[in-house]
Amino acid sequence: MTATKQSGSAAPSDEIRFILDGEVISLRGIDPNTTVLNYLRETLRRTGTKEGCAEGDCGACTVVVGELDGDRVRFRAINSCIQFVPTLDGKQLFTVESLRAPDGSLHPVQEAMVECHGSQCGFCTPGFVMSLFAMYKSEPEPDRARINDILAGNLCRCTGYRPILDAAERMYRLASNGNGGGADRPYAASDAAQPSAAERAMTERLRAIQRTGRLALTGPDLSGGQRTYYAPTTVADLADLVETHPDAHILAGGTDIGLWVTKSHMDLDAIIYLGNVEELKVLEVDDSHIEIGAAVTITDAHELIGEHFPDMGEMYRRFASPPIRNAATIGGNVANGSPIGDSMPGLIALGASLVLRRGAKTRELPLDEFYLAYQKTALEAGEFLERVRLPLAPADRHFRTYKITKRFDQDISAVCGAYSFRLEENRLRDVRICYGGMAAIPQRASQCETALEGKPWNDSTLAAGMEALDRDYAPIEDMRASVEYRRLVTRNLLRKLFLETSGWPGETRVLEHPNRQGQGART
Amino acid sequence: MTKTTINGRVGTPQPHESAHLHVSGEAQYIDDLPEPIGTLHAAIGMSERAHARIRSIDLDPVRSAPGVVDVIAAGDVPGANDIGGPVKDDPIFADGLVQYVGQSVFAVAAISVEHARRAARLAVIEYQDLEPILDIDTALEKQSFVLPTMTMVRGDAKKAIQRSPHRLRDRFRFGGQEQFYLEGHIAFALPKEDGDMLVHSSSQHPSEVQHVVAHALGKTAKDVVVECRRMGGGFGGKETQPALFASIAALLASRTGRAVKVRPDRDTDMVMTGKRHGYRVDYDVGFDEDGQIKGIEFVFASRCGMSADLSGPVNDRTMFHADNAYYFENVAITSHRCKTNTVSNTAFRGFGGPQGMMAIEWVMDEIARFLKADPLDIRTRNFYGIGDRDITPYRMKVEDNRLMDIVPELEKTSDYRNRRREIDEFNASSELLKKGIALTPVKFGISFTATHYNQAGALILIYSDGTLQLNHGGTEMGQGLFTKVAQVVAEELQIDIGRIRCTPSDTARVPNASATAASSGSDLNGMAAQAAARTLKERLAKFAAAEYGVAPEQVEFRDDHVHVGDEKVPFAELTNRAWLGRVSLSATGFYKTPKIHYDRSTLTGRPFYYFAYGAAVSEVVIDVLTGEYKVARVDILHDVGESLNPAIDMGQIEGGFIQGMGWLTTEELWWNAKGELQTHAPSTYKIPVASDMPEVFNVQLLRSGRNNEPTIHRSKAVGEPPLMLAISVFHAIKDAVASVGRQRLSPRLSGPATPEEVLMAIEDLNRRLAAENGRTSQGVA
Ligand SMILES: Cc1cc2nc3c(=O)[nH]c(=O)nc-3n(C[C@H](O)[C@H](O)[C@H](O)COP(=O)(O)OP(=O)(O)OC[C@H]3O[C@@H](n4cnc5c(N)ncnc54)[C@H](O)[C@@H]3O)c2cc1C
Ligand code: FES
Ligand code: FES
Repeated sequence: MTATKQSGSAAPSDEIRFILDGEVISLRGIDPNTTVLNYLRETLRRTGTKEGCAEGDCGACTVVVGELDGDRVRFRAINSCIQFVPTLDGKQLFTVESLRAPDGSLHPVQEAMVECHGSQCGFCTPGFVMSLFAMYKSEPEPDRARINDILAGNLCRCTGYRPILDAAERMYRLASNGNGGGADRPYAASDAAQPSAAERAMTERLRAIQRTGRLALTGPDLSGGQRTYYAPTTVADLADLVETHPDAHILAGGTDIGLWVTKSHMDLDAIIYLGNVEELKVLEVDDSHIEIGAAVTITDAHELIGEHFPDMGEMYRRFASPPIRNAATIGGNVANGSPIGDSMPGLIALGASLVLRRGAKTRELPLDEFYLAYQKTALEAGEFLERVRLPLAPADRHFRTYKITKRFDQDISAVCGAYSFRLEENRLRDVRICYGGMAAIPQRASQCETALEGKPWNDSTLAAGMEALDRDYAPIEDMRASVEYRRLVTRNLLRKLFLETSGWPGETRVLEHPNRQGQGART
Repeated sequence: MTKTTINGRVGTPQPHESAHLHVSGEAQYIDDLPEPIGTLHAAIGMSERAHARIRSIDLDPVRSAPGVVDVIAAGDVPGANDIGGPVKDDPIFADGLVQYVGQSVFAVAAISVEHARRAARLAVIEYQDLEPILDIDTALEKQSFVLPTMTMVRGDAKKAIQRSPHRLRDRFRFGGQEQFYLEGHIAFALPKEDGDMLVHSSSQHPSEVQHVVAHALGKTAKDVVVECRRMGGGFGGKETQPALFASIAALLASRTGRAVKVRPDRDTDMVMTGKRHGYRVDYDVGFDEDGQIKGIEFVFASRCGMSADLSGPVNDRTMFHADNAYYFENVAITSHRCKTNTVSNTAFRGFGGPQGMMAIEWVMDEIARFLKADPLDIRTRNFYGIGDRDITPYRMKVEDNRLMDIVPELEKTSDYRNRRREIDEFNASSELLKKGIALTPVKFGISFTATHYNQAGALILIYSDGTLQLNHGGTEMGQGLFTKVAQVVAEELQIDIGRIRCTPSDTARVPNASATAASSGSDLNGMAAQAAARTLKERLAKFAAAEYGVAPEQVEFRDDHVHVGDEKVPFAELTNRAWLGRVSLSATGFYKTPKIHYDRSTLTGRPFYYFAYGAAVSEVVIDVLTGEYKVARVDILHDVGESLNPAIDMGQIEGGFIQGMGWLTTEELWWNAKGELQTHAPSTYKIPVASDMPEVFNVQLLRSGRNNEPTIHRSKAVGEPPLMLAISVFHAIKDAVASVGRQRLSPRLSGPATPEEVLMAIEDLNRRLAAENGRTSQGVA
């Protein structure tokens, strides 16, 4: 591996370029399975970024990337432990070491953490600082609930969090006193309208390292072999690569794939990365559908989907953590096909379909026909997922999805249920119900659907539906839940659905209820 | 401008001495230290079976894997193949017999972490399975124990129970807990000349690591230096457990002559290392109409895992805390230390105390539900008295009872009674969501129960330029010990804390140091450092008096200066003069806790120097359809004596509380039928996150908290006690569940109260209510 520091210039296509502390780092011949965390700690010996789990779940490794979004720059926290170095190409990387001002003074985020006693053992602290830094750079002072959400992926075992939450507020008030370089001011409402001079300068620097052609990198593996990594920039090139390298792993956000390397010690000898294909970042809504390109991150899709389906928004709020959602794609969630993936029950209940592509040919497949068996999908060799199409619901459609976990934030579902139906003169129509965590694939509750379809929405229909659920599924016991709990909660969620959609006046959730406002209407 | 005082006085909210390094990523943990050229990285090969003989081990595939430099197993240990304490039952490498899934069998050193971890997976081990014992019930049935059963008796419990108007008997359980320090275990061994070894170990007990490493190498203590600047959390998990990793690093370093680092990944760490003990508790209690306990029997059985480790003192502490805040005239406590084929359990903040307290708080709650009384009233009626009803089951007199100050005040400030009423009203009208509230007290004994551990040494070096290095036997794991001890020294010498550098815990500076544990860090090391500072202060004063020709009484340390008669001498000037005047500027200090003694065979005496007290009120709301819940509000009043540093103490209280809450709510250890731990990473083992913090979280330090005993500046230990305040969360959840049956029956809820556990308790309650209704309606018919 060779690393050279240089200013941006046209570079050969086997070279990764990213910005770190104002300099362009160009890398060639690096093992594409190298994580950003290991690269920072072992190669650059920037040891401020810590490893707490190597699986994206503790936040000790959090770093921030600045990336171009049109003429704007977005600052996003990511988990460096499961991101591969080549995905940094074209971005600016910030680590905890990047934050002190040139005169050595602490950044307001850091200063606030000191003043609020936000660190005890300090091992989680760099990760918290970086999550807070991303927030500081991208939103005006949020409320506590939002701060909790921002920090959902950062574990601290010492403080109990209160001082860190205090620091998250304090940092906005510490802003520039003008002396020294510790004057990085926080994001202000005015920044939304217009980029600041600093942002414009950063945009320029990032533009200089964008590429038009494909990146094709080779690097050594551990035992003398070679690995390859492709990052095409057009769908056509992507289609071509996937077709000619059917064994290559398609890499989107890497929040599933990263763990194959860090936890299972797998060799990913060929990788094709989607993240540079602008065409796959479409996120559009027309009269009938929301179109979600395969490279759209959950962070980006979250708001739009939530506007149309508040419970999907709430589910995505609790899906993993911000750093994971900043990388993870809905496409990756769907393509990975885990029986406990959270997007699928909702998408299936809502009748979503997939656009699959091979070479120049595309086909559309309903999502509920995509899953064949445990971790086996209808995706063929040489084929990839181009888009997810989510039909907009008619105004009278009820939709709910419930995610059941041990811990509300950043936890994998024991059970995730989703329900969609219309009521015609109090009769259930177009009932679609899907549960995750209950079978080897995300699976519709067909017997329950039948028991409900066309029936009046009342207690006896509910009872029949609950009973049918027992026949629909034969769940397993694991560390997330027993068989009995899975069965029971599956039934009880149907009751919750009934109460929430049949005009029952009481409170139904311990967390804030996103549907509350529009109950009965299009919810 | 003249300074009127100093920075860093005792009692001020001084920031953590490393805060600026934590936030900038500059604080060095062991994995951050520069590595010498040729540093090797080791991985440990683990048992895949819970209980088996090893028929054969083929390590050749490991040896021939790319990048591998050395492989060692049981036969390759030149000294003692053991890291256990007094009981030699904890091998570094399993020798013929494996006793839990994850037990260390061999280790491989390679040129990179990844090479080592991959190579470790290549061993071919043939096992002959033996029947494993995987839970407490089976262990009891088979009489499988790591240590003999202990009993503690006062009065005649059996008779008193029989004579009581009311009697309740039952059994309940609660699980263990993973420490989940954010920095995993790590050891980094650097070979020195003449076979000596320097080991950087993330350890709460460097001197123990020193001894274990020396024994493993076949050497003596003088040949091994163990150092630890800071840990990224310990919580008891780094009391005995680091010795394994340190020994392996040292063994490989000694064989290869190269620096060797052992850093297990999170999963390996969680599978291999000990946790809090899970318990089964049986009780039998007799009480009167007012709920006052007349006689009580407890039988504790804990899951100790495959070896004794610290299970003896941990289980002892359970027995010492089965009274918590309550007076028992007639009591019999039995404690079984069960041997299971699971990882050997160890210290975790509270050290058995939380389990004892959980047990008695459970009983208090049951009595209240039986009598249809407010549990708080039952608790209050059973409190230790002041002047009477003040003898513990182990015969120590409770001399410093603060609960009469704490509980009434908290009851008032938390508005407990009104909220209880409001909650009842809420529950009467809310079908799906139910609220619950509970107030529970804490009385926690301070001192190591092993009396000889209650000693500490310190070393202070003053340089001629007026700066100091401070060292003591305590270790820094985030609890702020170094900061507090530095404050003590700054206060003693009346100098700015900025003059003081806290130096790493180091067996080469203070010998035979105790573990930093039992909440005793600042009590012991603060006193030792104060003694060292006093010695130096006296020397300096004597020298100054002579130098400036005044009486020693006319020398005063004040405002970061030394006032000699009318003259105000800068501290650095005096130290420089003292050096020129050939005054010794280094001193050691020593402290041993007075008054304590206790007889291990009868478990009687005064094991504790004093008690720390606190109480908490928690309120929760649960969803009866899913078992999900939120902790809505928590009020805490806690006694830290005269706080050495209120900001740090607050951090210990809040952090301890949230950690305790994790133990009793979302943190579930789950083993499958083969004895494999399935919750071995944060993806499956869920500690609290920011949003789990109570929405309203009021924490106050008790104002009148001066310690009766002359501890360091009359402060009190604060590391462990607050963890147990979270028992209130568990009981608030139980209270909410009980409201499902309008408080008619007591729920059977085990710990941790995961949403599943809560929902199952509701189901169980509904079934029992239905059965009861069936009975009554039959009776009517
Ligand atoms: C800490 C943590 C928390 C998590 N929490 C949740 C959670 O709460 N709920 C949940 O559902 N999941 C969760 N996950 C899993 C994961 O984040 C999601 O599955 C995520 O959506 C995967 O998307 P990705 O873009 O990262 O996929 P990647 O990891 O890049 O890919 C996943 C799989 O999909 C394939 N793939 C990706 N894109 C395509 C494509 N366009 N065409 C064909 N194949 C493709 C890949 O080849 C791979 O097999 C969590 C993961 C972590 C690490
Ligand atoms: S190391 Fe835990 S999230 Fe990356
Ligand atoms: S300060 Fe120790 S984990 Fe957060």
